[in-house]
Amino acid sequence: MTQSNSPSADHIIHISGLNKSFGDLHVLKDVDLTVCAGNKIVVCGPSGSGKSTLIRCINRLEAHDSGTIQVDGKELGDDLRAVEEVRREVGMVFQQFNLFPHLSILENCTLAPIQVRKVPRPEAEKQAMALLERVRIPEQAHKFPNQLSGGQQQRAAIARSLCMTPKIMLFDEPTSALDPEMIKEVLDVMLDLAEGGMTMIVVTHEMGFARTVADRILFMDEGRILEDASPTEFFDSPKHARTKEFLSQILDQTGH
Amino acid sequence: MSMPSRESSISPAAWMRANLFATPVDGAITVIMGGIIVMIAIPVIDWALLSAIWVGSDGSQCRVEGAGACWPFVTAKFNQFIFGRFPDEEQWRVISVFVLGGGAIAWLAWPNAPAKARIAVFLLMAFPFLAALLLAGGVLGLAPVETNLWGGMLITLVVAFVGIVASLPLGVLLALGRQSELPIVRLVCVGFIEFWRAVPLVIFLFMASNMLPLFFPAGVTVDKLVRALVAVALFSSAYMAEVVRGGLQAVPKGQFEAALSLGMGYWRAMVLIVLPQALRHVLPGIVNTFIGLFKDTSLVYVIGLFDMLGVITVNLTDPVWFSAQTAATGYVFVAFIFWIFCFAMSRYSVRLEENLGQSRGANSYASLR
Ligand SMILES: Nc1ncnc2c1ncn2[C@@H]1O[C@H](COP(=O)(O)OP(=O)(O)OP(=O)(O)O)[C@@H](O)[C@H]1O
Ligand SMILES: [Mg+2]
Repeated sequence: MTQSNSPSADHIIHISGLNKSFGDLHVLKDVDLTVCAGNKIVVCGPSGSGKSTLIRCINRLEAHDSGTIQVDGKELGDDLRAVEEVRREVGMVFQQFNLFPHLSILENCTLAPIQVRKVPRPEAEKQAMALLERVRIPEQAHKFPNQLSGGQQQRAAIARSLCMTPKIMLFDEPTSALDPEMIKEVLDVMLDLAEGGMTMIVVTHEMGFARTVADRILFMDEGRILEDASPTEFFDSPKHARTKEFLSQILDQTGH
Repeated sequence: MSMPSRESSISPAAWMRANLFATPVDGAITVIMGGIIVMIAIPVIDWALLSAIWVGSDGSQCRVEGAGACWPFVTAKFNQFIFGRFPDEEQWRVISVFVLGGGAIAWLAWPNAPAKARIAVFLLMAFPFLAALLLAGGVLGLAPVETNLWGGMLITLVVAFVGIVASLPLGVLLALGRQSELPIVRLVCVGFIEFWRAVPLVIFLFMASNMLPLFFPAGVTVDKLVRALVAVALFSSAYMAEVVRGGLQAVPKGQFEAALSLGMGYWRAMVLIVLPQALRHVLPGIVNTFIGLFKDTSLVYVIGLFDMLGVITVNLTDPVWFSAQTAATGYVFVAFIFWIFCFAMSRYSVRLEENLGQSRGANSYASLR
């Protein structure tokens, strides 16, 4: 693994010495991570290991306690303007979709471009329709979120994020709340996105997806990144005993 | 309430058997409740209609033994009930305000009316100033009318409208402040809310009318009505804040986070995403607070503003209309006016809720637009 610790031009995300606690609970411990533009990173690990907290720090939904996070050349800190600039470039997809229930799917997609990026409405709608096409739900554009299936909602949420034309996409267990038959339709959309060259950080336990898409797979445990390896290394010769244990559990469960 | 038309095809007897006398217990309840209703209804109808006096130029007939409601009193004082002592030749200004405001409100309440947003902006932004101008006068060749001449339903509506229009935005700000990450903001908001909620409105009104002037520098006077308006607005915004807070808590945190993650700032996320959902959750509570506020306006009477109750009290000393039934008739009339307004608000909120579907109805949000 060649990982330099100084920010460089092709490091779109550069995290060093990151620490985060919730009260007495030390959730992230001295985390270092660099991500190059176009990288696909899959993050896995047991529940409570800090995966969500890590990616939520990247768009500052959580404020970190110490260390530095640079995203797209901007350092995240108390400077709200920088934070909002970063958030515009970083899309996030949540486990619970978090579509806005009082807006139609199309409005969900156009709201931020119109309000934040000041895109004229007709243009925003055209772009939104193109992206809804891309996630294969153009016919749902004028429905409301609660009229869609879970898989459709998650694809709409992905389209909503893409409407801001982000440089980076964060996914926090995007398929965990879905019925098994809907997981594939969402993973297919993510696959398509990966092929398009998007920089992606994906928290997931879908190991099939990780194997085909990831450039690197991170294994987190108790607030540390224990393993940071290519898929082949990760599955065939993990370095840590904890990784092996986790892999055997998860592969057992999913019957691979 | 009228029966849905599809039920009118079954005979009344069959309907009664099914709904009123299905079981012996049902039958007994029907008979007892029916008895109670009749026992109450007979004297009320007798007083208000059968034994009531309908015409007369003074209270002489109402003084007769066994006379019911003295309706000529209401007819004779009707102008006062509506306008207070607003000069007769200027009352067209009050009527204009009623028509403008009432028209705008009716427009907004009308399902699927066009341009609702523009009407709402007019009602909330332009109308208050226009109304103040028309009512107070003193500009554009309108004769000034001192607020101590305003009275009756006019005062009730002015106080209620200002209270309602001010309390929602203030309440929202207080509710947001109560959740703020800044301790000082939180402290101020909680302090404000708890202070105003813990003291009866009457006391604030007394303080606004009697004590406040002592704190103003000599020569500075603030109109009594304005002071009362401020007291009512602040009082009801404290209540509104607590209602809104309940709504804010019902919106999942993920909604705010999703908005932030799309690059929206705090205010955009609140105004566009969180508040529309929060306010819909607590719509019944909001309307309930409005209704409470509307009825509380009758308290301004204690500080000498002549609302409809004040009109009754003043006229009790009028020897022309003196009778045992005069006061009761006046109170019933005023109660009826209040009831009409509050009932209308209540029905409107029921309809809004039905449209919203409140629960998981497929189109629960679609139907509002
Ligand atoms: N807002 C919060 N306040 C307090 N504790 C929190 C908060 N968010 C997370 N935690 C705690 O921090 C720890 C790490 O949480 P995190 O959500 O990052 O784990 P995770 O790896 O994403 O787990 P999972 O697989 O269950 O999603 C957990 O013990 C969690 O209970
Ligand atoms: Mg998580």
